[in-house]
Amino acid sequence: MSEEKAPRILKINILRFDPNNPQDFPQIQTFEVEEAYGMTLYVVLNEIREHQDNSLMFDFVCRAGICGSCSMLVNGRPTLACRTLTSKLDENITLAPLPLFKLIKDLSIYSGEWMHYLNEHLETWIHDKEKEVNVDKLEERMEPALADEIYELDRCVECGCCVAACGTIQMKPSFVGAVGLNKVARYHLDPRDKRTDEEYYELIGDENGVFGCMTLLGCEDVCPKDLPLQSKISIFKKNDAKNRTQKLEIYIQTVIYPCYS
Amino acid sequence: MRTKQIDKSPARLDFIQSASGLILALFMWGHMFFVSTILLGKDVMYQVTLFFEGYYFFAESYPLIVTIIAGTVFVIFILHAGVAMRKFPSSYKQYKILKNHIETFKHADTKLWFWQIFTGFAMFFLGSVHLYIIMTNSTEIGPYASADRVVSEWMWPLYILLLLAVELHGSIGLYRLCLKWGWFEGKDAKTSRVKLRQAKYAITIFFLTLGFLTLAAYIKIGLEHQDRAGERYHIEKTVVQGVKS
Repeated sequence: MSEEKAPRILKINILRFDPNNPQDFPQIQTFEVEEAYGMTLYVVLNEIREHQDNSLMFDFVCRAGICGSCSMLVNGRPTLACRTLTSKLDENITLAPLPLFKLIKDLSIYSGEWMHYLNEHLETWIHDKEKEVNVDKLEERMEPALADEIYELDRCVECGCCVAACGTIQMKPSFVGAVGLNKVARYHLDPRDKRTDEEYYELIGDENGVFGCMTLLGCEDVCPKDLPLQSKISIFKKNDAKNRTQKLEIYIQTVIYPCYS
Repeated sequence: MRTKQIDKSPARLDFIQSASGLILALFMWGHMFFVSTILLGKDVMYQVTLFFEGYYFFAESYPLIVTIIAGTVFVIFILHAGVAMRKFPSSYKQYKILKNHIETFKHADTKLWFWQIFTGFAMFFLGSVHLYIIMTNSTEIGPYASADRVVSEWMWPLYILLLLAVELHGSIGLYRLCLKWGWFEGKDAKTSRVKLRQAKYAITIFFLTLGFLTLAAYIKIGLEHQDRAGERYHIEKTVVQGVKS
């Protein structure tokens, strides 16, 4: 007769703080939760809020790793709560809000403000330079392979994990980070965007852009969408001019390389 | 019409940092192999010394060649240190933030970068002392002269620290250069990164082992030669032929 193993009692240590309450101060509060099969941290947090402390704040929308809302530090590592199985962790789990973003309360952050500034700063939209928009005009055809490459980079959900994992941004918050460079790479790939290499260089050709990156690759290692950030931020010396639109590594090849020459 | 000029200096500084780092790292590999020839015997090391003094090209030794090489390396070293300083934490607050990030995140490559900063800072002093001494005393290189410098002139503590700093800094730097420029990336960046990291650890262990064995050899010779410190080594054949009185 097989003896069923008793479920673990998880000790969930949560950094609690309400910046809008002048009387409050940051403190760690510990909750105990009985582990269930297939349990994620998102389920744990709901369990705590429903049965132990309904004042606990955290963000979620999709519960399936699609929206990026439930990003937080799990034992110091940025990740999505909804995609983190408790079975992969020790009994003692420490949760904290992502640093750098505006804290709303407890684990809830306002990453939208940071991302909004980033998108405005990097002008992450198609620049076609036509004075008048003709909605009746058919879009130019795009090779499926190129569309796939653009889509691959477009999968970024702006969860902020790469920002929290970046040693450079920790020290220099003006650095655009992997999320910013990935967006620039995406628009530079897009043939509908008519910005020149020099214009792209002006966006990211400084210490707040691609030259601020120290290749620590925390971004690559924590990205919940497994985006190819290492390749995107690599500076390729090869200038494959004939083949530049077909290659993913274009953005630095074509943006940066001409500036060396 | 006036066209807008873009500032290329950030790109150039970045390139200078990478290029100077690559030159210094490769130089250090070569340097390590040359100094370690002492493990093959005093004669071999002495012949390497003569080679760099141009003896086999001009039939006469010109230590000035070594001075010029050391001076050139010193200039590249200063240039590299100057541009790499841009990446250092520029205040105590930044240092604390970074330290806290490293401790909580526990990310291998971020930790490696911290070691690179630490060893780079140490080399500002250790590397400068060594390079200046070699530059200004290029005649004092050889099996006995180098061993005397290590033991009788008390350079061994500095060389132990310098060896650790150089080998760690160089191998981490080369690893990060490969990632930065996409060298050896292949089709699967994640797999190639794992292999590069393994290669980095292997290279570090190899050069540290070689370095400490070499240093031990110089210390042994230096201790044996302590009573005759200042005497220079010559290949026996030369003495027999009476070239040297």
